[in-house]
Amino acid sequence: MDIASFLSEPLSYAFIQRGMLALILVGGLSAVVGCFVVVRGMAFFGDALAHAILPGVAVSYLASGGIVHSNLFIGGIGSGVLSALVIAWLTRNQELKEDSAIAIVFVTMFALGIAIISMQSSYTADLTHILFGSINGISHDDLLLMAAMAAGTLVVIFLLYKEFLIISFDLSLAHSLRMPVERLRLLLLIIIAVTIVVSLQAVGIALMLALLTTPAATARLLVKRLHHMIVIACLIGIISGIVGFYASYYLDVPSGACIVLTLSALFGLVFIVQTGWNALRAKD
Amino acid sequence: MPALHLKRKSTPVDAAHPALMVERLSVGYPGHRNAIKDLSFRVEPGERVAVIGPNGAGKSTLFGAIVGTLPFTSGHISIHGADCRSSHSYVGYVPQRNDIDWSFPASVFDVVMMGRSRHIGWFRLPSRADHAVVHDILERLSLDGLTKRQISELSGGQRRRVFIARALAQDARIMVLDEPLTGIDQSAEREVVESLEILTNHGITILLSTHHLGYAALHFDKILILNSEILAYGPPAEVFNSEQLRRAFGGALPVVAQGDDLLMFELDATRESRHGHR
Repeated sequence: MDIASFLSEPLSYAFIQRGMLALILVGGLSAVVGCFVVVRGMAFFGDALAHAILPGVAVSYLASGGIVHSNLFIGGIGSGVLSALVIAWLTRNQELKEDSAIAIVFVTMFALGIAIISMQSSYTADLTHILFGSINGISHDDLLLMAAMAAGTLVVIFLLYKEFLIISFDLSLAHSLRMPVERLRLLLLIIIAVTIVVSLQAVGIALMLALLTTPAATARLLVKRLHHMIVIACLIGIISGIVGFYASYYLDVPSGACIVLTLSALFGLVFIVQTGWNALRAKD
Repeated sequence: MPALHLKRKSTPVDAAHPALMVERLSVGYPGHRNAIKDLSFRVEPGERVAVIGPNGAGKSTLFGAIVGTLPFTSGHISIHGADCRSSHSYVGYVPQRNDIDWSFPASVFDVVMMGRSRHIGWFRLPSRADHAVVHDILERLSLDGLTKRQISELSGGQRRRVFIARALAQDARIMVLDEPLTGIDQSAEREVVESLEILTNHGITILLSTHHLGYAALHFDKILILNSEILAYGPPAEVFNSEQLRRAFGGALPVVAQGDDLLMFELDATRESRHGHR
């Protein structure tokens, strides 16, 4: 089989084309948002948030009779934002450490989600679908909605880039410039929640964290400025989406797993080459 | 000599008001470490004030209240006549070195440009004029060769200067520096002191905390001795009498009067800083 047909064969079906587009979209979007997750040291929060959206997703999922549907987004974002607000409330006078509060609230939400899904007869299949993602069931409308939400998120990040940069780097500057720090922080949390929900269908809850952190961490090894990091991470995310798509098709492995393994391989490659390079330079 | 565009687009400053007016300010619970209670003092435009006091005396708390990082419940702070919580950017802040993530992906240029964000405005990119201002300031602080460096690749003195440059880019009228001389060697200290001269030459009011009593006495118009309340405030010659310092520092008496002169023994700043930051 030549390369052209190797690349084009999977794309002969419209639903697989949609799957590929979804993976590219999800890979690029979560890599961009993930740069803020990484520089702010919010990986734990991102993972927890991915799990906390489960009950909302489960309710929407069951309400629509097991069909992935656009109200899945609303349910997911709703329970994500609710969890974030509960955390903020629990930690308001610092008697409870933030990481403890995050762990308690988010795992509770996750357990609640599992309980809700288990009421459905097709429990195992549904849960697998939500945990690990599947690109086969993405409809035309789903893809449009994902694209619209991704575009909206990217526009917000572009417009508020310098504000997000400042609140991530130095809160005291943000305060001294009298910026609306709390609102910007909340907006960033909502952006992370939206990104997770958009990506949910394609990669699933369990693997979401890798999409947020690995491209950003890889890019951080290569460049020294945040906006460069965002561009490189986005490219890494998109490339991994494409490679992951073909690997998934030909190896018959879930797309989420393929994309994550591609990301990890790229990170490992960059890390090893760079460590070796630095060791060589240090010898001179 | 290139002129610094310090006044460009900045909010007009009312010369009739003091640069900083603190009235009955309290932050935190009385008796707790770092709490401050009932502080009142004023600083005139262009003055240099050194804030000294033992660790836990509330120096950073006071600065946090002025900068806006710490909410305070009682008292009032006005800056050039306006409430400090109102929408302005008069105050430039140079944080303690441990409050900054030096591995953050930002270049020297990026950090200084952050100071311009108010001038650039919401939803906009820096204009050519903003670039010109930033390059001007970098040149003035002899940072122009380091523009593209990532901030972790800088020396201690250079790091302080980057943050001073950022506050200049911000058009700050008051500069608040939290222990800028802690943890740097003597040549870096000279760099910082020279940068402070540049600030003074631009009429910028300086509020600086330090353990370095000798430096404070030599280079500052006023000394504020803080130990959760104000123990003394005034010109160095008045403030550095042994009684007030003994109250601030307990038994460790750093100053001895000898005729009309004061002999100053520096407190062990390295020990203090290690205690505070490690």
